[in-house]
Amino acid sequence: MNGREMPVTVDVASLLAVENVSLSFGGVKALSDVSFDIRRGEIRAIIGPNGAGKTSMLNCINGFYHPTQGSITFNGERRRRMRPSAAAAGGIARTFQNVALFKGMSTLDNIMTGRSLKMHSGFFWQLLRHGPALKEETAHRRVVEDIIDFLEIQHIRRIPVGKLPYGLQKRVELGRALAMEPQLLLLDEPMAGMNLEEKEDMSRFILDVNQHFGTTIALIEHDMGVVMDLSDRVVVLEYGRKIADGTPQEVKRDERVVAAYLGLAHEGDQA
Amino acid sequence: MNMLYSIFVEPFVLMGSAPDLLIQTLWEGLVAGVLYALIALGFVLIFKASGVFNFAQGIMVVFAALTLVGFHEMGVPALLALILTIGVMFVLAVAVERVVLRPLVNQPDAILLMATFGLTYFLIGFGELIFGGSPKQMITRELYLPQGSTDLDLLGGLVRFQHIDIAAAVIASLIIAILAVFFSKTRIGRALRAVADSHKAALSVGISLGQIWVIVWFAAGIVALVAGIMWGARSDVSFALQIVALKALPVLILGGLTSIPGAIVGGLIIGVSEKLGEFYWGSLVGGGIETWLAYIIALLFLLYRPQGLFGDKIIERI
Repeated sequence: MNGREMPVTVDVASLLAVENVSLSFGGVKALSDVSFDIRRGEIRAIIGPNGAGKTSMLNCINGFYHPTQGSITFNGERRRRMRPSAAAAGGIARTFQNVALFKGMSTLDNIMTGRSLKMHSGFFWQLLRHGPALKEETAHRRVVEDIIDFLEIQHIRRIPVGKLPYGLQKRVELGRALAMEPQLLLLDEPMAGMNLEEKEDMSRFILDVNQHFGTTIALIEHDMGVVMDLSDRVVVLEYGRKIADGTPQEVKRDERVVAAYLGLAHEGDQA
Repeated sequence: MNMLYSIFVEPFVLMGSAPDLLIQTLWEGLVAGVLYALIALGFVLIFKASGVFNFAQGIMVVFAALTLVGFHEMGVPALLALILTIGVMFVLAVAVERVVLRPLVNQPDAILLMATFGLTYFLIGFGELIFGGSPKQMITRELYLPQGSTDLDLLGGLVRFQHIDIAAAVIASLIIAILAVFFSKTRIGRALRAVADSHKAALSVGISLGQIWVIVWFAAGIVALVAGIMWGARSDVSFALQIVALKALPVLILGGLTSIPGAIVGGLIIGVSEKLGEFYWGSLVGGGIETWLAYIIALLFLLYRPQGLFGDKIIERI
């Protein structure tokens, strides 16, 4: 539907494998026994009604939550507990459902924070802002300027992001995640609260990121049209359980999905 | 009538007729102000990065100065003692992160504030246990800080500049300038501001909260050490210095809790108005207004401009 062909020679080994993951908070089960994988280079959608555990799943993947049971294998490395900074260092970047930006800082500075892990000059050089620290700053600044060009946000480079409209904030947040040059990009409702034009822009950016940089993407989205257009495969959650997994067409035909999700699609659209 | 005269006219006549005295007073006010600003900066650093109002900042000033002098009394050469003290402040920062901040992550601000009260009393007790409670002399000469004074012939009178005051002003300004650039232009500085804005977003880009907290507490410790050395050199090193350090509170109310420029301007305003008030108006109420004038100014600000001169929001949670 999006006119892309999956290259036949692509390495289909999973970049990420979620195995039998359960997560509970006290007596509340957010996820139970969920397994799925994400292949290198694909766009994987995670869908489901409100409260299905989609965001909890992302939080497990990037280390905000630790699964009560089960394991997550990323890049061949199996783990149960991982700190968010370790996940970030391993190449997992993400955006948030309700935009988590550094509101007092400019667009440029926000995106620069995405380079944090790639900058290594020592504390004292930075204190003096001299020598290696300055050289490093310049090099990373260049990468960030490229991202700003790519996302077409040159005009808001110096503006504190708290002052920007929501759609642009979402774009800056994507920019910050891209600055990490992630292997796996987690997008939590990248188009929530956007108008049609903004949604089209965002879809284009997501596809471009996937195709040109080869970034693997996992996204949560309520807009079914977007999901069907963008994703290669879809996993469907309901009440913390996986109820379907497959290509958009397969999932669309699945009776349980129709009953659980598509019947409720109008509710999600309000998000 | 007489009263009004001595409030609104006499002081200004005096300022005009003896400008050298005015300059002397202003200078002393500025020096005190720069040091207040330095102490306030310690509060701002920690508040910006962790949202914690660190009540222990005042005692950290005393503790740092005591440690320095204490090491020297044990026979450690002054410069080595300085380095060791910096090490102690680093250990303190790590310990605070591990023992206080990490277990209390995501707790309400009031709980963290109370934790810093606990830290205050711990540092007082620990300091007294190790170094004793009696006042000590700052090792000014051993640290190669200048002593003595220069008298300048200005505007028809001699104005005295203590060398240690000049050094204090220069060093404090230098530290403030370095910190300001550090905060706005470097990776760690950006990370500090990022953590201040959103913990979860900071985590998602790989910034380690623990590391940032150690850095800010260490920076606040260094600032406290410098403030302690300078104040200690002007009076002596004792737990009474804590009272002076608490002058940072009115400074923060003036400048706003989150603003570095605010801390500087607030410090200067408080320092200068204290000295001017004491010198020109103090005799009206029998002197000693230096100790409370700052709090009156702060009170007025709380009534009419609670967010301070530069603060970005009203301080609602402490």
